[in-house]
Amino acid sequence: MVVDVGDKMSDIKIAKTLDAKGLSCPLPILKTKKAIMEISVGENIEVFSTDPGSVADFQAWTSATGNKLVANSEEGGIYRYVIKRIK
Amino acid sequence: MSEKKKRIAMIASKADIAGAYSPLILATTAAAMDYEVGIFFTFFGLNMLKKKKLNKLKVTPVGQTAMPMPIPQIVGVIPGMTDMATMMMRSWMKGANVAKLQELMDLTIESGAKIIACQMTMDVMKIKRKQLIDDCEVGGAATFLEFASGADITLYF
Repeated sequence: MVVDVGDKMSDIKIAKTLDAKGLSCPLPILKTKKAIMEISVGENIEVFSTDPGSVADFQAWTSATGNKLVANSEEGGIYRYVIKRIK
Repeated sequence: MSEKKKRIAMIASKADIAGAYSPLILATTAAAMDYEVGIFFTFFGLNMLKKKKLNKLKVTPVGQTAMPMPIPQIVGVIPGMTDMATMMMRSWMKGANVAKLQELMDLTIESGAKIIACQMTMDVMKIKRKQLIDDCEVGGAATFLEFASGADITLYF
């Protein structure tokens, strides 16, 4: 279910990066929630995780909170998510 | 945002390591998903609200047939086996970078969750209010039901 948006990646401005690599569920989500409150509405946060369950979890979490999953990709077991703060 | 928040109501009745993790993982995640969270701590689960108790919870190998320990059930009753299983379980969880129970409880409290300590259990187990953390309220079945009646999700652990 990983969508690679390739070149479009470079067009996305990142306001904050969160390294959640190595952390187990639910910490990547909890730390993302905390971190996204530190950027402004309309800005993007980039999250790195090594938790394979995070693929489904970030989709569910963004859908529940109304934030937008702008991009997700995987490379070498590291998942990258870009989430736009909507509210 | 005028839309009504989703609500999750949980009953925590166990206080071995596995039983304590489930409600706290769901409570913190639900809070991160903007849900209203309430947990009713009853019977053994009340131990989770005792001051400085959370990181001392144990796991017993007896009856845990799915423990990844290649020992017969009968060995589990030997004195010291519970401590050994607890030690192993803690090291597995640490190895997988799972949050500590206390860390999850702190996040639950910080999120503004409704934390209810069961008055009846306090009476039965002779637990005084001052033995419990400050961030809980003391109540009974009616307190929980009133909260749970408006819940979208109700879970029992």
